[in-house]
Amino acid sequence: MRIVVQEQPFDFGAEAAAFATNRHDMGAVVTFTGIVRDISGDLSAMEIEHYPGMTAKALEKIAAEAASRWSLGDALVIHRHGRMVPGEMIMMVATAAPHRADAFEAAEFLMDYLKSRAPFWKKEIGKDGSAWVAAKDADEDALTRW
Amino acid sequence: MDVLYFAWVRERIGIPKETVDTQAGTVADLVAELAAREDRYAAAFADTSALRVALDQELSDFDASLTGVREVAFFPPMTGG
Repeated sequence: MRIVVQEQPFDFGAEAAAFATNRHDMGAVVTFTGIVRDISGDLSAMEIEHYPGMTAKALEKIAAEAASRWSLGDALVIHRHGRMVPGEMIMMVATAAPHRADAFEAAEFLMDYLKSRAPFWKKEIGKDGSAWVAAKDADEDALTRW
Repeated sequence: MDVLYFAWVRERIGIPKETVDTQAGTVADLVAELAAREDRYAAAFADTSALRVALDQELSDFDASLTGVREVAFFPPMTGG
């Protein structure tokens, strides 16, 4: 398992290819990538704050939980912090498993948990001001299905 | 102990971190102590249902004991991903 928390961009293609290479016992690799989106047309940037002492630990705990629940060969989580503009990649997860159901489910589990249990906070910087993104009840509810 | 603030809690209180000398037994006791200090603290801790707390970098609860705890962090619900 590999957990990376960094400010600089990551190369999604290279990370996905490296993750999927030389896996003779894994039949499935699933990847997910989160991108800064600008729905209103007003977003200048997204600033992501995190809790340096806790972030990696929290992500490792979530990944270990995924590995204990599904037959998982490997998992990768990369999450950025700092300032990003619309279109930039914020984070990615990748899961490798012998069969695709495990890879898909574990990737969804990782996403659900790191949305509400990893110490990141998003702030949207608009043309007329900035605002912290509020957590959605649906994000918390999503955890109950696991 | 060290007390850390993140996101709007940090902005409302005006500092990211401070060292607090306290005899508070639980997180709730510490919150009451901090909220009584100044308006900016009172504003940040007005509704603890809107806050989360971590003790030594692990998510915890407001009724948790502070015995042996070295670092307390207060922040809004997380919005990663």
